[in-house]
Formats: sequence, C-alpha cells, structure tokens
Amino acid sequence: MPKPFDKLTAVAAPIMRSNIDTDVIIRIERLVGNSVRGTLGKWAFGSLRYLPDGSENPAFILNREPYRQAEILVTGPNFGCGSSREGAVWSLQEMGIRAIIGSGFGDIFFANCFQNGILPIVVDKEIVDSLAADVEATQGAGRISVDLEAQTILSPSGKHYTFEIDPRRREGLLQGLDEVALTLQRDDEIRAFQAVDRAARPWIHFARESA
Amino acid sequence: MGKPGRTMLAKIWDQHVIARLSEDTDILHIDRHLLHDLGGPRGLLDIKSRGLKVHSPELTFATPDHAISTAHGRAGTSKIGQELLATLRVETSASGIQLFDIDQPGQGIVHVIGPELGLSLPGCTIVCGDSHTCTHGGLGALAFGIGSSELTHVLATQALIQRRPKTMRVRFEGKLPPGVTAKDLILALIGHIGAAGGTGHAVEYAGSAIRDMPIEGRLTICNLSIELGAKMGMVAPDEKTFEFLRGRPYAPQGETWEQATNAWRQLPSDPDAIFDREVVIDVEKLIPQVTWGISPEHVIGVDGHIPDPRSVDDPARRTAIETALDYMGLKGGAPIAGTPVDWVFIGSCTNSRLSDLRAAAEIARGRKVASGVRAWVVPGSENVKREAVAEGLDKIFTEAGFEWREPGCSMCLAANGETVGPGQRSVSTSNRNFVGRQGPRARTHLASPASAAAAAIAGSIADVRTVGR
Repeated sequence: MPKPFDKLTAVAAPIMRSNIDTDVIIRIERLVGNSVRGTLGKWAFGSLRYLPDGSENPAFILNREPYRQAEILVTGPNFGCGSSREGAVWSLQEMGIRAIIGSGFGDIFFANCFQNGILPIVVDKEIVDSLAADVEATQGAGRISVDLEAQTILSPSGKHYTFEIDPRRREGLLQGLDEVALTLQRDDEIRAFQAVDRAARPWIHFARESA
Repeated sequence: MGKPGRTMLAKIWDQHVIARLSEDTDILHIDRHLLHDLGGPRGLLDIKSRGLKVHSPELTFATPDHAISTAHGRAGTSKIGQELLATLRVETSASGIQLFDIDQPGQGIVHVIGPELGLSLPGCTIVCGDSHTCTHGGLGALAFGIGSSELTHVLATQALIQRRPKTMRVRFEGKLPPGVTAKDLILALIGHIGAAGGTGHAVEYAGSAIRDMPIEGRLTICNLSIELGAKMGMVAPDEKTFEFLRGRPYAPQGETWEQATNAWRQLPSDPDAIFDREVVIDVEKLIPQVTWGISPEHVIGVDGHIPDPRSVDDPARRTAIETALDYMGLKGGAPIAGTPVDWVFIGSCTNSRLSDLRAAAEIARGRKVASGVRAWVVPGSENVKREAVAEGLDKIFTEAGFEWREPGCSMCLAANGETVGPGQRSVSTSNRNFVGRQGPRARTHLASPASAAAAAIAGSIADVRTVGR
C-alpha cells in the first residue's frame, strides 16, 4: 500500500534533458528477479551516475551536495518515457524521491508513480524552467515546497504556482489508498459484468479449467 | 444533426465499463491478460502473499520470453532467469493459467503469440506488463502496457481503473515506395511528431497505406506507438483482419465466428467521428529510415546526413544532439549510410514475424554477412520458427552467415545476458535505441528487417534499395 502524500518541502534536483527513458532510470538487469525491491536505489540513473569503472561521475547532479538529499526532481520533457517497468519508480523512491515536476511524462511511468505514492506534477515548460533556474541560482540550497491538498508549488524565490491533477488520483495519494482492495469490494459488479458479457461476446469468455 | 460519430476507442472502451468512477475514469473489464517471465512471477507471488486468488485464470495466459536465453537448448539462461521460469511454471499451474512453455508451439514473445494464437481479437481489451502491448492494437484491440501494481490489480480483479485518453488519428496515405516498410512508416511518424507526440493519446492508424497493409505490418506499426508516447495504438479491423484470425487456435469458430465478425464490423470509427488530433503522412515521399541517436525520434532517411549541432540555434536542442552524437560515436553532418557496424539483430516484438524474416531472407539470399559483423536472427515464436524452417529461411540465413536462434526477446532489451558490447554498433529491428538498451554503452540504430539484413551484408548502414545493384 502506498504511503500517503500530503506536503513536502525538500531539496530539488533539476534533470533537464529531454526523453529520459526508464532504461536510463533503471537498467533491466537490475530488475531481473523476484526480490529486487529494496536493492534499486543505488542503481537509479546508473549510466549517468557512474563512470564505466564504477566510480561516481562527479558531473552528475545527484552526486553533488546538496542534491544528494533531493526528494524532488525537476525534469525535462517526456521524463519516464519507454518501458512499463515499475522498477523505474521503485528505484527513484528508494533513493528518496517523492515528487517529480515536469512538463510531461511517459504515460505508463506517470500511472506507476501514483501506485507507489510518488507525486508526478505536470506544469507548463516555462514553470519547469523557472523552477530549475531558481534552484540552480541557490546552488540547490533553496527548497521547493509542494502542497497536494492545495495543489500549489512554492519556488525557492517565493513564486507560487498552482497545478492540475486528476481529483481521483489526488484523493488516492492523500489517503494512500490501496486500489486492489477498493476494486475487490466491487467484485459483485465485476462478476455481473462478466455474466452479461459472456452472453453478448461468448468468444471472449473461455471455460475455466477445473484446477 | 444527430450525435457526432464515435471513435473506435470510444466504442471499445464503453463496451468494457464495469463502473464509472468519474467523468473520465472507469473500471474496465480486461479480456486478455498476458504474463511473461519477467513480471508474471512477481505478480503471481504478490497475489499469493496478499492471500488473494487469480480472478479469471481462463483469461490469463503466460509464456517465457524476456529472461530466457535464445541459444540452442536455451544454454546460458542465467540462474535468475531459470528461477523466474521455475516460478512462472509453478505459479501458473497452481492458479490454473495456461502456460506456453519453451519448445512448445505457442511459446514466444508475448506480442507475437497473442495475435498468432488468436488470443488477441478485435474489440477486446488486452494488457500485459510490457509497454509494447500496444502491438495487439493492429487487430483492432484496445491493448496497452501496465506496471507491476496494475498487473497485480488485474490478476486480482480482471479489471483496471483507467482514465480515458485523448484520441489521435494518423493517416498514412499512398502506395509504399520500393524498400519502404511498415517499420519505416512508423519511424518516420515518430521523427515527424516526436517521441512525446502521442503522449496521453490513443492513436488510430488509418489511410490507404494502412488499409493495403497486411496484418503483420499493422502489428509493427502499432508496436511503436509507445515510442510516440502513446500507450495505445490501433487499426480498424477489416476483412484482412478476419482472414488473419480465421482458424487460429483461440479464435472463435462456427456460429460464434459469424457472431464475432458481425460485432467486429461495428467497431471501426464512424466516418464523422472527431479526433482530438489528426496527422497525415504522405508515404510516397518516404524512403527507408534509420535512427542516428538515442531516442526513436532521432531518425532520418538512409540517404540523409546526421544532424550537425553547429547548425542548430536552440541551445537545448543543440545539447541534446551533441549528447546523442557523443554516445553514438558519430560526427554531425556526415552521411549515415556507410557507418560501419559490429552487430545486426533481426528480432523482437516489432519485427520477428514470418513476413519480417522473409523480407530479411530475400536480402540475405545468396549473399554473405560482411566479415567482422555478427548477425542474429531470432524468430518471434516457436510457431514462427517452425514455419520459417519449413520454408527454408533458416538455411538462407545460416548459409549467409547469420546465426539462427530460438524464440525470445533476446538482444532487444538485454535482460538475458544477450547484449551488444560496450561501444559496439548494432543495426537492430527492435524498438528502442535508448542509452544502454542493448547493453551498457551499446549503440543501436533502428531499421526495418530488410535494411538490417542489408547492413549485415554491407558491413555498414546501407540503403536496402541499392543492395545487389
């Protein structure tokens, strides 16, 4: 069950390159296995974070103070495009990221964030650029504040922005709702649908093997 | 004036609404859930640990593809890959889920076997823990990739909470010029509207080039929808679709077939349906495409020149091009053709079907892979492999110096130890040229099967239209 998300004031790291895909966020071989969760934080952004010899790349923002403490990412267009691997979200979460502010995200990555209590915020590119510039002007010392209830962002220089979010998803994050449990409460509706649909589209509904 | 026409998306969507949660969000019934060896075991174990049962195992199907080796005898499958396969076997069996296991007809890349077995049908909702699930839209299905949490949700409920996407129609108009394939059309579109051009949309592909295109080409087109940013892509089902599906193992038969095809004929978007966005591509102006960078939007015609960052004014775009060229080891302004390659990979859910292998074999026939190039052909499924062998395609490839392998995802995503080496360059028929996608520091150029075969023969990126001239 995801942890509820309410308010956050934290160090933010701008990662402004376009099209950072989920392969770049977490390499597939880190995700092969049934018990990878909890091991992924140090592998997030591996190809950017580490040099070929395995040492830290000092040029990468998350290897520098205070950005190592970042709980917010400010991202370039189309962050999280590509694969459906939820491990991309897990790896960010395990390195302490709780909110991501960008002008657009990969659709599946975006949905995966909500499933894990991470808040992805979509705002205009001008706002993203301005937040990144504000953060950089303070060498990362200036915090960004995010208030989900009020749907506001406060920049390090004191600028206020509002953001839009699907009300249902907002509620889910605020309360840390477990979607599986909620949907299962409506299992009678699911089974009723299947019964009606079986008559209308018999080619969809196979007989169940007796297990 | 009556009500405006409805899109195919709206028709399929509305038919699957179990409950409306808000103006734009519904609980949808999921007709087909496909599991693979990477995500399936985790989901099934997750269900078990919550004390839940698989809701509708008869609508759930599994096959290993991602983490298995494609070497003969599956030699070299990693220890973890073997454990995943073992868990998949145990947990699907315990849950009553049909597993298409290795060496059995039906095994293969999930997005190859769904259509091939007739599991994927027009008008049905299909999900899989894999972003290329959009492939199945080529049959007129509403198909999309999901993450691990949603996968668990579907296992537990056979339903999914989804927000209705916006709609986009892309019309490919005209006759395909020589050497131009489905892969070239969709790469050109991605180059045209960008890797985020379809974000938040379900894309319907239409136009005369799509109507004339065989089903396997439509599957390739829909496969790359996610590289446009669209998690769903679809093509209206037509007589070609029905002929493709007729007689397949899980397709309806007899009276039910008649009933199904009548229903499927109602699915295409109404002529007056309104889309949120429309794009038209004149395919007659296209030539074979190849990517030069680290996003599928970094694509040019094979006769083109690699973008030169010095001629780009916008600093963000200039930096993006420089970053890509640095990773790819390429010089801005140089012609892309003639770039030497180390690897050629023909396979993946994008381009590993029989027609893809035939197209590559036609180029390979009677020729030799250039020295210094390793070239692999990885059929998409056990059935594709058997049909290809029956036609002698494997012989054509092996005589030309290609390696003929067992079905699976292989080198497309490097989840199984099958990788392109650091700094090495591959022309691949797969779907992603991302940084490290085919292995750490591997350099990938995406192209069609025929273009990939041409590169193998030439030893460099080559214009398939001039091979043998």
